[in-house]
Amino acid sequence: MTMKWIETLVGGLMIAGALALSMLAFKVSGIQLSSGDNYYHVTADFENVGSLQARSKVSLSGLVIGEVEKIEYVREDYTARVTLKIKSSYDNLPIDSTAAILTQGMLGDQYIGLSVGAEEESLVDGSVIEGTQSALVLEELIGAFLLSMTKE
Amino acid sequence: MLDRVQQLGASTLGFIQRFGHSGIFLFYSLWGIPNLKTGTALLIKQLYSVGVLSLVIIVVSGTFIGMVLGLQGYTILSDFGTENALGQLVALSLVRELAPVVTALLFAGRAGSALTAEIGLMKATEQLASMEMIGVDPLRRIIAPRLIAGFISMPILTAIFCATGVWGGYLVGVEWLGLYEGAFWANMQSSVSFEHDVLNGILKGFIFGIAITWIAVFQGYESEPTSEGISVATTKTVVYSSLTVLALDFILTAMMFGEF
Repeated sequence: MTMKWIETLVGGLMIAGALALSMLAFKVSGIQLSSGDNYYHVTADFENVGSLQARSKVSLSGLVIGEVEKIEYVREDYTARVTLKIKSSYDNLPIDSTAAILTQGMLGDQYIGLSVGAEEESLVDGSVIEGTQSALVLEELIGAFLLSMTKE
Repeated sequence: MLDRVQQLGASTLGFIQRFGHSGIFLFYSLWGIPNLKTGTALLIKQLYSVGVLSLVIIVVSGTFIGMVLGLQGYTILSDFGTENALGQLVALSLVRELAPVVTALLFAGRAGSALTAEIGLMKATEQLASMEMIGVDPLRRIIAPRLIAGFISMPILTAIFCATGVWGGYLVGVEWLGLYEGAFWANMQSSVSFEHDVLNGILKGFIFGIAITWIAVFQGYESEPTSEGISVATTKTVVYSSLTVLALDFILTAMMFGEF
């Protein structure tokens, strides 16, 4: 085995490694190269965020338009403040849009669904979404259902 | 009773001393400015014997493990009518756990044992001693290129194992069992994150690579210079590095993916 052959094969190993890594990046994890996306931030207060967590999706008419950046506790009114980051290409959302915590399918992840409002003014960086609907808790739902059954 | 306690103390001290010794060994091998001209040639030779020669076993086992995951996953998932999640199952289990661990175990058996046996034989035939005699430091000339070759090869082999495994899962799931191809890839891409899953998996491979080559080279260098000593050292390399990999994997998984 000459040195030339060995060097060629080692070069082949390096290329194979690079190919494998790029397959993992693009085909398996679906990485987006256009990381130059700009975002603007809005906040919304929820009474109950359920199992929502950072990086959960924010969707509008079924399309993903952003993600949850962080969830923090608001001491004064015992609620959870969710900070959303929304792609700046979606900058025409009316200021009275509402946010609801929804569930994907029966057992899926929770995400935030936005419903479009009617005002002329749009959400900008730092806006607050006033109308919110908390996550559905199955136990509360069943409790309410049983209560209404016994009343009849 | 007191004798037992004393024995325990002695073996603990022995272990710590050996551990420290191997740390100093690692430090002296890698410390200092490398000679780029001769160093590169030596490194390429080692990359060939450590990395290229391990490629076949990695590719073959990666493909088969991916295929088995695809088949088993399909059987279980189709009971719940969620066979579209197969891509996600195959990719996540490979990227996070199977690829780094299985690659490391194969690497310990294929490359680690060879390193130990080679260095042990060099020691037994007094090649290392004669090198020192003519003023060449065996740590720099023999040990360092092998260590670095191991550090470089393991993450590359892990990535290759992952890629071939996913391909194996694709072969079984889509080509053979007839899953819808779009759903297979789309589900995978929505659940695997590049920074969190892929890079952490490859980082695991790198850390396992450090552990295995370190153990292999140290065992060879410290082996008894007899034929029996070499066989004992080779066995120790495979056993110690496999156990280290499995224990390290638990710790790394808890640190990388644990939610606490």
